[in-house]
Amino acid sequence: MKYKELSVKEFLDEVKEGNIDLEDFISEVIEEIKRINESFNYFVYISEEQAIAQAENIKKRIKKGENGGRLLGLPISVKDCICCEGIPSRAGSKILEGYIPPFDSTAVRKIKEEGGIIIGKTSQDEFGFGSFCTNVGIGFKIPKNPFDPERSTGGSSGGAAGITASLNYPHIALAESTGGSISCPASFCGCVGLTPTYGRVSRYGLIDFANSLDKIGPIGKRVYDCALLLSVIAGEDNMDQTTIKQGEEDYTKYLKEEKDEVKIGIPKEYFGEGVDERISKLILNVVGSVEGMEYEECSLPYTKYGVPTYYLIALSEASTNLAKFCGMRYGLHLPLKGDFNEYFSNVRSEGLGDEAKRRIILGTFARMKGYRDRYYIKAMKIRTMIINDFKKAFKKYDVLITPTMPILPPKFDELSKLELIQMYMLDLCTNPPNVAGIPHISIPCGKIEGLPIGMQIMADHMEERKVLVVARKFEKELNLSG
Amino acid sequence: MINKEIVRHVAELARLKLSEEEIEKYSEQFEHILEAFKILDEVDTEDVEPSFHPLEIKNVFREDEVESGLSQEKALLNTKHKEKGYFKGPRIV
Repeated sequence: MKYKELSVKEFLDEVKEGNIDLEDFISEVIEEIKRINESFNYFVYISEEQAIAQAENIKKRIKKGENGGRLLGLPISVKDCICCEGIPSRAGSKILEGYIPPFDSTAVRKIKEEGGIIIGKTSQDEFGFGSFCTNVGIGFKIPKNPFDPERSTGGSSGGAAGITASLNYPHIALAESTGGSISCPASFCGCVGLTPTYGRVSRYGLIDFANSLDKIGPIGKRVYDCALLLSVIAGEDNMDQTTIKQGEEDYTKYLKEEKDEVKIGIPKEYFGEGVDERISKLILNVVGSVEGMEYEECSLPYTKYGVPTYYLIALSEASTNLAKFCGMRYGLHLPLKGDFNEYFSNVRSEGLGDEAKRRIILGTFARMKGYRDRYYIKAMKIRTMIINDFKKAFKKYDVLITPTMPILPPKFDELSKLELIQMYMLDLCTNPPNVAGIPHISIPCGKIEGLPIGMQIMADHMEERKVLVVARKFEKELNLSG
Repeated sequence: MINKEIVRHVAELARLKLSEEEIEKYSEQFEHILEAFKILDEVDTEDVEPSFHPLEIKNVFREDEVESGLSQEKALLNTKHKEKGYFKGPRIV
């Protein structure tokens, strides 16, 4: 049996038929990701032992005739910030050095229950603090774009997208987005990345960045892969009170749906200043080339406030979240010297990287007495207006389509020349849907200069179905895969 | 606006030690960032309710029944500083 080039769907069928020796298969996959990792740095930890043990276990189960499980034998990589029992989980930060969670996050527990095999933890910007995976923690390596190693994978789920694109074996990545960390790397690496509605997937066991923004979601080679993983990880959870009431849902069944006519809004603010004209043109061409898609230009006037609103909320929440890292209960420890102020300051200064320090300070400042109303509360109010902007548009349109990123995957030396604020501004297409917590997907829609371009499809809260139906329609029409 | 004094003070509140170069660099970067964020001032938010979450979230209560949690042993697995089943911290007084 040749394992290479099998799609996730084909692979799962073969496993059920008993045509795949899982131990043999997993060993081959582990060897391959080790080989890729030597040059591309997509993994911060490869959980070889656990993966092989899991494969043995499932093999025994299949022998006994127990071949249930929606992900049976499928390799799953997990972003470093999502906790896996017994596997180092550090959110890409030195301050969590040595931390081995004694529990599984809800998403990982569900994946394991369905027979998914955890192959390792993928690289990211420290705590998710970045859009290019260049803000990795102290001692971590920067992942490289699979299409050109001198370019960024995008971030913060850079390792997740990089390995998804590079690995010629069936695999899905579990990633996470706060302000665009699924869409952006999926776009730069030519993958499909689905960010669910806020609260669709439990955040229990996620090393949080910003509680009101964090969303766990999949990155895969195909729309089907993302729909499948979402079906497994979605759901209400007693361990996370912000999860939404919802029943079990099989998102893959929507992919067969043939919606007669889809109404698409093209918000002009996402195609204007700051966006590479070639990207705008490509997206509009693609939208116009598919039959049964009715589209027209529309306007979301609050778009330009998306980036500052996002950053103020995200930084404020991050600065409180990161207060818990003080070298006492887990992670980096130093000898207990000096009083608590000295000890905490020493641990934090040694363990946190440059961007983490910067975001903590800026976030603390934005919540301080005298500044709180002006920055933090103001941003929360403008978030309401951004949500209303979207709600209004979704009364008229099924989905909105935009570029995912306004630029081609940048070279590392180009990035190093940018001012910080210029880097933040590159989130202009991804921040608004994340601030509003609406579901969105990035799918590859062509190439410019040999580099992949992502198209972003957004829908109203809880309308993952629409996002997936439209994404699948484009995927099929563009003949991008299968 | 923001200046080196404020950065120094906030870093102290956040329990971060910064070098003089870091304070210098951060002050300058923060100035640029906050300058760009000024755009929010032009939005009239007078009668707008803040959205602390993207969707309306309600308090969820469960029955007041005893359930098992993380065991003491597991809770202490990740610390180097422990004594007699407790976390051991730095000097407070």
